[in-house]
Amino acid sequence: MSAIPSDDFAFLSNLLKRRSGLVLTPDKLYLVESRLMPIARKEGLADIAALISKLRQPGSETLQRAVTDAMTTNESLFFRDKTPFEHFEKVIVPSLLPSRPQKRLRVWCAAASTGQEPYSLVLTMAEKAAQFPGLSLDILGTDICAEVIARAQAGIYSQFEVQRGLPIQMLVKYFTKEGDNWRLKENIRQQVKYKLFNLLESLSALGQFDVVFCRNVLIYFDRDTKADIITRIAKILPEDGYLILGAAETVVGLTVPFQPHPTAKGLYVKAAAAALTPPAKVAAG
Amino acid sequence: MKHCLVVDDSRVIRKVARKILEELSFDISEAEDGRIALDACRQKMPDAILLDWNMPNMSGIEFLRALRKEAGGEHPIVVFCTTENDMDRISEALSAGANEYIMKPFDRDIIEAKFTEAGLV
Repeated sequence: MSAIPSDDFAFLSNLLKRRSGLVLTPDKLYLVESRLMPIARKEGLADIAALISKLRQPGSETLQRAVTDAMTTNESLFFRDKTPFEHFEKVIVPSLLPSRPQKRLRVWCAAASTGQEPYSLVLTMAEKAAQFPGLSLDILGTDICAEVIARAQAGIYSQFEVQRGLPIQMLVKYFTKEGDNWRLKENIRQQVKYKLFNLLESLSALGQFDVVFCRNVLIYFDRDTKADIITRIAKILPEDGYLILGAAETVVGLTVPFQPHPTAKGLYVKAAAAALTPPAKVAAG
Repeated sequence: MKHCLVVDDSRVIRKVARKILEELSFDISEAEDGRIALDACRQKMPDAILLDWNMPNMSGIEFLRALRKEAGGEHPIVVFCTTENDMDRISEALSAGANEYIMKPFDRDIIEAKFTEAGLV
């Protein structure tokens, strides 16, 4: 990989930190080359150095946005890591429904990318419709990148994308073929709304949620920003709400109002709620 | 070690599939069409079958229908692996008893994902 001069690296990491909160550490240098060279080429520039020099010039707003988008876009699979979806169906929904007379659950996917995570939630519950009659999911998917949000809304996936994580029976049941691609059926797509959103903005505009999926995005932030985002998420969740983090993420070591669920790995509950959980079956009276 | 029969009339595809599946700890045998595959299954039922659709002598779908009627023929997990990628074809394969379905071209990630889906990995 070509070396990036240190002042260029500093400029780029400042730009990304300011625009998205993303912390560009030297170990993520490989991402700079692989994600920004396509943009450099599109701009007719020879290399990353030339791209950064153009970013430094006034009026580079559009280019700055393209660079930020490219650096913050995540790979996404259907049913990524599997267990969060099992927890949703076996732990979260059964625990929340009794106290939700409308049988309506609001879910926020905070880094929805191209939509596989929110749609996997819809598909999980579609398969269990008989077990939870009347359940209605109101899912909001947000991402910092406009391009992936547009793809998520369209619900169109390549042959390659539908073959990673999605069982074939679900492809047959919930997709239609459009040319070389596969499109989720309308009744699935309509259960998710999408919105362009930056996690550094105030969350209050999004409303209240019962469940927040915030997977594989906090890894890009520094410790303070991470703690700040998690603390703000606590404010839009009720006492019995759930936070789901990525497989390699945790709140342990951060001063935040969440603690790990006692049994379901990757699930977090509010610290107060956990403290209030009564000890199992203490003899009454 | 689980035994997987790779059925494809292309020697290149069999070789690529063999390499990927051996890395996933499968014991591999090969057949170049459905008829040879059916004979192999009558000798010894494999745990898994990676199955092409279009082959001379006996196609993948004909093989699958025949296999499921054999004694012990319900045992192998059958994963189609074919360029046929129309919804009708996939549905036809599933109703004939296929457990999973890979649309070519495939790579290691897809094979691993699909074999995991089918409970083989």
